[in-house]
Order: sequence, then C-alpha cells, then structure tokens
Amino acid sequence: MSERYSALALARHALTGAPWPRAWRRADPRPHYDVVIIGGGGHGLATAYYLAKNHRVTRVAVLERAVIGSGNVGRNTTLVRSNYLLDGNTQFFEHSLRLWEGLSHELNFNVMLSQRGQVVLAHGPAQLDVLARKGNVMRLNGIDAELLDRGEVQRLLPYLDFSAHSRFPIHGGLLQRRAGTVRHDAVAWGYARAASGLGVDIVENCEVTGFLRDGDRVIGVETTRGRIGADRTAISVAGHTSQVAALAGLRVPVESHLLQAFVTEPIKPFVDHVISFGAELFYISQSDKGGLVFGGHIDGFNSYTQRGQFPKVQTVAECAVALIPSISRLRLLRHWAGIQDMTPDGSPFIGRTPLRDLFLNGGWCYQGFKATPAAGWCFAHTLAHGEEHPLIEHLSLERFLAGNGHDEYGNGLWTYRQ
Amino acid sequence: MLRIPCPHCGERDYTEFRYGGDASKPRPAHDERDVRAWHDHVFVFANPRGPHREYWQHVQGCRQWLILERDTATNTVGAARLARDGAGA
Ligand SMILES: Cc1cc2nc3c(=O)[nH]c(=O)nc-3n(C[C@H](O)[C@H](O)[C@H](O)COP(=O)(O)OP(=O)(O)OC[C@H]3O[C@@H](n4cnc5c(N)ncnc54)[C@H](O)[C@@H]3O)c2cc1C
Ligand SMILES: [Zn+2]
Repeated sequence: MSERYSALALARHALTGAPWPRAWRRADPRPHYDVVIIGGGGHGLATAYYLAKNHRVTRVAVLERAVIGSGNVGRNTTLVRSNYLLDGNTQFFEHSLRLWEGLSHELNFNVMLSQRGQVVLAHGPAQLDVLARKGNVMRLNGIDAELLDRGEVQRLLPYLDFSAHSRFPIHGGLLQRRAGTVRHDAVAWGYARAASGLGVDIVENCEVTGFLRDGDRVIGVETTRGRIGADRTAISVAGHTSQVAALAGLRVPVESHLLQAFVTEPIKPFVDHVISFGAELFYISQSDKGGLVFGGHIDGFNSYTQRGQFPKVQTVAECAVALIPSISRLRLLRHWAGIQDMTPDGSPFIGRTPLRDLFLNGGWCYQGFKATPAAGWCFAHTLAHGEEHPLIEHLSLERFLAGNGHDEYGNGLWTYRQ
Repeated sequence: MLRIPCPHCGERDYTEFRYGGDASKPRPAHDERDVRAWHDHVFVFANPRGPHREYWQHVQGCRQWLILERDTATNTVGAARLARDGAGA
C-alpha cells in the first residue's frame, strides 16, 4: 500500500531522506478475476479505478502487454475540453471535464490540470455562426462558452496573424475558459496508484493472445503469462482494437491510423491558451517546459508503423506559421506518432459486444485523452451492471446498422477522413 | 515517404494520391436486401496488421483508381494495378 502524498509527507521525506515507496504494487496474475481489463492505458486504468471506487468490484486485473503509460496516454497532446455540439457528446465530455476538475484530489496525485482556456477560431462569418450555435448548445447544457469577435480575439491573442495580408483572416472565436491541458503521464500513474491502493492488480508485460470461450460466452483470456479466467472481460487497447477484437472472432468498424505530435525548442512563456485553427485541423499550446506543442490531422492512410510521414510535418508547420508567423524560425525538437483507432463517424464504441461477457471500449479517434475519466467511469458502470451507462447509450457498436452514426463534424461517415 | 508505383505514371509520392480504403471486400450483389451485408461492406474492416489490399486514386496524375498491396506493419509497398481491371483475385 503506498503512502498518502501531502506537504507533511514531503517534508518528512526531505528531512529524513527516506526513500518513497513504489506508487503501485507490481502484481502477478491470479487464476481468476471478477473483471479482466485488457490494456493499461489511461482508459483501462481509469476503468479499474472506478470499478473499485464506485462499484466496489475489486477483484480486477489490468493486463498491459508492455508497461503502463507506454501507449497513447503518454503520446498525446494533452488537451481537455467539453465544447461538443451533438447531444450525447456534449454531456459526456462535460462529465469528463468535471471529473478532471476534481481528479488531483480524488486520486491524491497531481495531474497538473491547467485550465488555461481554449479558443477555437473562425475565419469567416459562416464559421463564426457555427461556433455561435455550438456555444449556445454548450450554455444550454450549463457549460461555459464565450463568443469572441475579432477585436476580442486580438486582445487575448495579439500574436496571431491579424495583418491585412493574412491567408486566413480571423473573424472571431469561441472561448471555453475551463478547457486546458493535463499532465498525461500523471494520469496513468495517478489512476494506477489509486486503483492498486483499492486492491486492483496491475500486471505488466502480459500480452493477451486469445480469449477463453464457452459457446458465445467469453470466460477469460490467454496471455503470455498464462490463462486468466474472468467473469467479465473488457477490451481497452486504443489503436489495437481491431487486433484484439479479431482474437475473439469479431470485426469492428475501425481502421488504425497514425497521428503525429510535435514539440519545438523551449521558449519563454508566449502561448498562454490552447488555440485551435479554424482553417485546418491544427491546435497549439505551450508546455510548462516552454516547448510549443502542436498537432494536426492523421497521416491519411492506415498504418501500424508508429512512424509518421514527412509531408504531414510540412503541412502542420505551414499551419503553425499561418497562424503565428513569429514562430517561423523555431526549430522542432521532436515529433512522434501514435496508432489511433478511426471510426466511420469519428465517435467511439463503449458497451457490450455480440459475445456475452465481453465488453469493448475503443474507437477513440482524436478525442480519447480528454475522455479518459468519463470513459472509465461509464465503462466501469457498464461492466458492473452488464448494461450501458446512460451517458454512452449513443455509442453502441451496432449504431450504423440502425442509421445512428454520431458525426460531430458533420462531414459524413468516412473513416479515413482528413 | 511512401511511394506508389502507378501503372500509368510510374513511382510517385503518396501525396499525389488519395487513399480509398480496403479493396479486399467484395461488394454485395446489387439486389442484396440484408442490411447487415451492406453495413459490413461499408463500415466493417479487417484492419490487419500486415498485408493489406487497398484503393488509391492518383488525383494529381492520371486520376485512375488503383489497387495497391501494402504491408501496414512496415509500410512496404508491393504491386499496384488498375482498379477497373477488377478488385477480385
Ligand atoms: C499524437 C496524438 C495526440 C493526441 N492528442 C490528444 C489530445 O490532445 N486530446 C485528446 O483528448 N486525445 C488525444 N489523442 C488521443 C488519445 O491519446 C487516445 O485516444 C487515448 O489515449 C486512448 O486511450 P488509452 O489511454 O487507454 O490508450 P493507450 O495508452 O494506447 O492504452 C492502450 C494499451 O493497450 C495495450 N495493449 C494493446 N494490445 C494489447 C494486448 N493484446 N494485450 C495487453 N495489452 C495490450 C497497449 O500496450 C497500450 O498500453 C491523441 C493521440 C495521439 C496519437
Ligand atoms: Zn497515375
């Protein structure tokens, strides 16, 4: 059991030099659990925590094939916000943001939520109308949103290109002050430590290689560390949903694509907000270390290489300079890619599968990090009760069959959209 | 850089092309009435980690649709042929 973090504990360790204990128990797999969760990313760990905390289901294992936090939870650009338009999404992401707001206290682990505010830009009057509509939807749901005109954006973000010859003139924007960033690694560690404290087994270097079946029921998993039985089994493997689902003979509406992220050399505090470009999918923020962190679209074709294509570097850099010309001489320090599920409507799947006692949380596209607390919360409910939490009823695996695609961006059911 | 061997134009950067998804799924018969057959054809993918047969359109070249063999685990590109010659086989 790890000790509680506090100012007092900090002082005690500083004065005595006593080493800090491991944050979570290293567990070996037991033969059987109530719930086995495949994938030790943010979602899997959050699910385990809320199973134990909210539903008192503590005979739970999280099986991670590598080490926890080595997947997308540690590769993303850490933006959290709840400015979603479609009913269902609006409430789900607001629930997530509220959980983020209390998470450091809840977990007794500083996840460094920084509510610096996010501005989504409009580059024409029609686009500003769309943002006004979205802002109204948010406010009707009790979520903070402020519509800004050009002058207000300029006062807030004077370093954007407001010149007469800017390629994409700025007409205004939508500000959500409660949006911001979170320290992503701390999310994995914080949930792991809190879940482990409640009795959850976190088993690393344990790859799931098959499912144990009894007719149409899943009764456990085959792993590189032996067979593990389970009353209920949960898939939460982010970019590898298709692979793991295929082990159970399931095909899902998912393609795996690469998304890249970029960090520049560090500079003094400059970009105080999260800014989303309106002319392309491009967003930028500044890390505590000073690097500008930004990203754009997926590479455009499915791949598991975890190695981004060079032309995307160029497109994203062009967006950065079109938005903030003064950063054109900054050097890129690093860039990397993560394997991300893409679904036809850009929305995820959480809930039951055609196989009894097998549940799925996948298909997270671009928005999976900000969803971590709510996805864990709702998935845990689903696993504990055997039926979907009301906040995720619109995210069923069968929704396209009923014509209920949930397309937040309104550009059609097109998996490899750019 | 991914390079695609267009049968008409030769090997070109992938940025000249538009990706068109999985080309291995046979289209249901025109009079197929089972919704699930159409659902699976349009929305469900094998999404393999390994050999993949896929559509690309050479939008900035000959504008033809191609079928390309590519390994999604390594991005190694194999042969490309014209889609109008048929997706099967
Ligand atoms: C470059 C990039 C930027 C992003 N930026 C944002 C952002 O700003 N905001 C946002 O909301 N979202 C963002 N995302 C999306 C977000 O990171 C993901 O949707 C989210 O992290 C996925 O959930 P996870 O944390 O559980 O995934 P992961 O951390 O990837 O966890 C899945 C785990 O499953 C494990 N696994 C896979 N197969 C098996 C197996 N067979 N057996 C056992 N374990 C297995 C993997 O090793 C992995 O650790 C971004 C993604 C990328 C790639
Ligand atoms: Zn050509």
